[in-house]
Amino acid sequence: MNTYVKFGAIVVAVIGVLAWLAVGGTNESKSYFKTISELKQMGDQAQVKRVRVDGFVQAGSIVRNGSEVSFVIHQDPNKRAQDNMTLKIVYRGIDPLPDTFKDDAQALADGKLGPDGVFQASKIQAKCASKYEAKPQLKKDSSQAGI
Amino acid sequence: MENIGALSILLAFCFAIYAVIGSVAGKVKKNAFLVVSAERAVYSVWILLSIASGLLIYSLIIGDFRLGYVAAHTDATMPAIYKFTAWWGGQEGSLLLWAWILSTYSAVVVFMNRRKFRDMMPWVTAVLMSTETFFLILISFVLSPFSVLIAGRGNIVEGMGRGLNPLLQYWTMVIHPPMLYLGYVGFTVPFAFAMGSLITKQPGESWIHTTRRWTIVTWLFQSTGILLGQGWAYAVLGWGGYWAWDPVENASLLPWITATAFLHSVMMQEKKGMMKVWNMVLISATFFLCIFGTFLTRSGVVSSVHAFAQSSIGTYFVTFLAIGLAATIYLILDRLPYLKSEARLESVVSRESSFMFNNLILLASCFAVLWGTLFPVISEAVTGEKISVDAPFFNRINIPIAFGLMLLTGIGPLIAWRRSSMESLRRAFLWPSVAGLALMAVLAVFGVYEHPYALVSFGLCMFVTTTVLSEFWKGASAIRAKSGTGLIPAAVELTHRNTRRYGGYMVHMGIVFMFIGYTGAAFNKDVTKEVAPGQSFEVGPYTIRAADVQATENDNYASQKLIAEISRGGKSLGTLEPEHRFYKSSQQPTSEVAIRRRLNEDLYINFAGPSSDNKRAVVQAYVFPLVSWIWIGFWVLAMGTLVCLIPSKIRLSYARTQVVGVAQKHATVEK
Repeated sequence: MNTYVKFGAIVVAVIGVLAWLAVGGTNESKSYFKTISELKQMGDQAQVKRVRVDGFVQAGSIVRNGSEVSFVIHQDPNKRAQDNMTLKIVYRGIDPLPDTFKDDAQALADGKLGPDGVFQASKIQAKCASKYEAKPQLKKDSSQAGI
Repeated sequence: MENIGALSILLAFCFAIYAVIGSVAGKVKKNAFLVVSAERAVYSVWILLSIASGLLIYSLIIGDFRLGYVAAHTDATMPAIYKFTAWWGGQEGSLLLWAWILSTYSAVVVFMNRRKFRDMMPWVTAVLMSTETFFLILISFVLSPFSVLIAGRGNIVEGMGRGLNPLLQYWTMVIHPPMLYLGYVGFTVPFAFAMGSLITKQPGESWIHTTRRWTIVTWLFQSTGILLGQGWAYAVLGWGGYWAWDPVENASLLPWITATAFLHSVMMQEKKGMMKVWNMVLISATFFLCIFGTFLTRSGVVSSVHAFAQSSIGTYFVTFLAIGLAATIYLILDRLPYLKSEARLESVVSRESSFMFNNLILLASCFAVLWGTLFPVISEAVTGEKISVDAPFFNRINIPIAFGLMLLTGIGPLIAWRRSSMESLRRAFLWPSVAGLALMAVLAVFGVYEHPYALVSFGLCMFVTTTVLSEFWKGASAIRAKSGTGLIPAAVELTHRNTRRYGGYMVHMGIVFMFIGYTGAAFNKDVTKEVAPGQSFEVGPYTIRAADVQATENDNYASQKLIAEISRGGKSLGTLEPEHRFYKSSQQPTSEVAIRRRLNEDLYINFAGPSSDNKRAVVQAYVFPLVSWIWIGFWVLAMGTLVCLIPSKIRLSYARTQVVGVAQKHATVEK
């Protein structure tokens, strides 16, 4: 057999195996990005598919009970008090919560919606709220140090 | 003060544009004075950006909170070193750092080549300064580091500053971004030379020779940056993880992968005149992946824990990428006749073939990581749903690829060029294969058979180690036989005679050690317990007794320290003292873990704070086997790279047939 044909066959085989691994890996770990409102519209699907929801931690809602943490997130940072798009989340994982996870932080929860409407998170990521700037903005009161 | 800074940046922008126009016009019109003036403009850009950077650093250190950037990233109580590093703590400052590093690299390149490559240098200058212009557009007109806070009508209200996220207040974080930038930005230089050689229709080797050292140094900076990030994550984030396949992490890995592929396939071009088009593609891909990487980090197009502030900056990057890619692709396609290969692949069992497979799987890994990182964007475009993939996807693909690379690392150096006979294969690989399989058998007997991937990994590491040691042994023995010196001096002499080869083997050994470290994760243990003072618990072979909790406080933070007494088999091993801190200005809690690092395993304790009833301490204890080998491997890799950079005692010459193209007037013999 021609050298280039042999070489080409090996290349195709290698890529084939990797592609098969990629598809398997995708199916095993894919999760859908949803906003809270989209999640509530998903109905039964939300309990079957793995979903990632992000939102802002409602101040004062974090409750720690042993290794279990529950909190509430809401969707819109500008309507904190009146926002009715909220979601209760419970996390029981062994990994410690990120240090940036606190009131008003932006949190990303990965998991499934439980039948009782509470979101069961298998993973939590958080971003420090004070680093989030929607766009360069005029400071309302820059003497308010360290939000 | 800030006006001078902003003005300096604006002037630098003007000079950079002049440098581009002057170089191109001077080259096309054959006006040497224009070309030289353009090169001098490069120095001006460096001077102006140094002034701007100096002013920003000064404002950061004295705490000029009128400036938005200073207020957002420092506060009055921070140690001075972190005020300095706030230069790259935010979007605007880090763009200024990028621009300054690029101007420094450009000035060095122009200076070092002021009497060389006169036909290529105008184009090199033009490419470098075009990239510089892009970044200067960003910090002149879009995201200025010197913008002043405005409150009310024309009044400037000063604050105390928001401080640096305490998670970032570590020495590793002090040097991690500059190292990465020295890497990212550095790849612009070999790319510029590649483009210069394409435009001037050079046969191909001069740009590779010139930029070999640049590429290796840049690759070393990039590797250092990535490993520093891993070391920081391990020691700071609290659960001993060092890589999460986060989009920003992946962004730093992608150009590293293509650069590694490039460093290997370049040897094919030097020795056999093959893969010329491919090398052009690789170095361009590396450069554009660097720009793409910084775009990914800054634009928020994929959500990440690392991401900077979101902004409209993404559009600028996409435009720059689109124009650059279009120009590069056109250039490569147009110059294809000058990039014809001088040799053919003669056998699948040959060193050429192993280099090609090396490139194939490295690029497959790069593509897979890119695909996984961009999956949310792609899936949203195709299906309307935003889907992300996680660590299992990346690990599933990259672990087999890593195994393939390890195998090739052992095979490549020992297999012959052109074609290898069965006899030479048997001679070269019998003992390494036996050693690898024997180790696997021994480990399996000791219980490792439960972790088949770990077994294969250790076997391959043994295989590669044996091949490298056999190479050193063969060479050193020959030198010792002739000159009578000891084995170690002979090995040093051997390395000095061919630093590229033996330095490269050292780098490979560094990678082997890192593999050993990564494989240890298969055997990690962890325990989480709420313990009252005086109570003990066990993790692995260790017993941990929570002796006491001490509270302290200073201006920066309030802290609770757990005194944990460690013992193993009844014998005391001292104490570990993890802390749980609360930083006042940023209202941020952090955990300072305590680690007992040993070659065989790390004992890692995280004090997660008091329990909900405040009477007990929540403690997480981990055993991480072999993890220190990752850091050891990095040092070996760094030393090996430095060895590669030392000039060899013996300059090897390869007599080769050179394809004489249309633009060539004479064939050159390789030096």
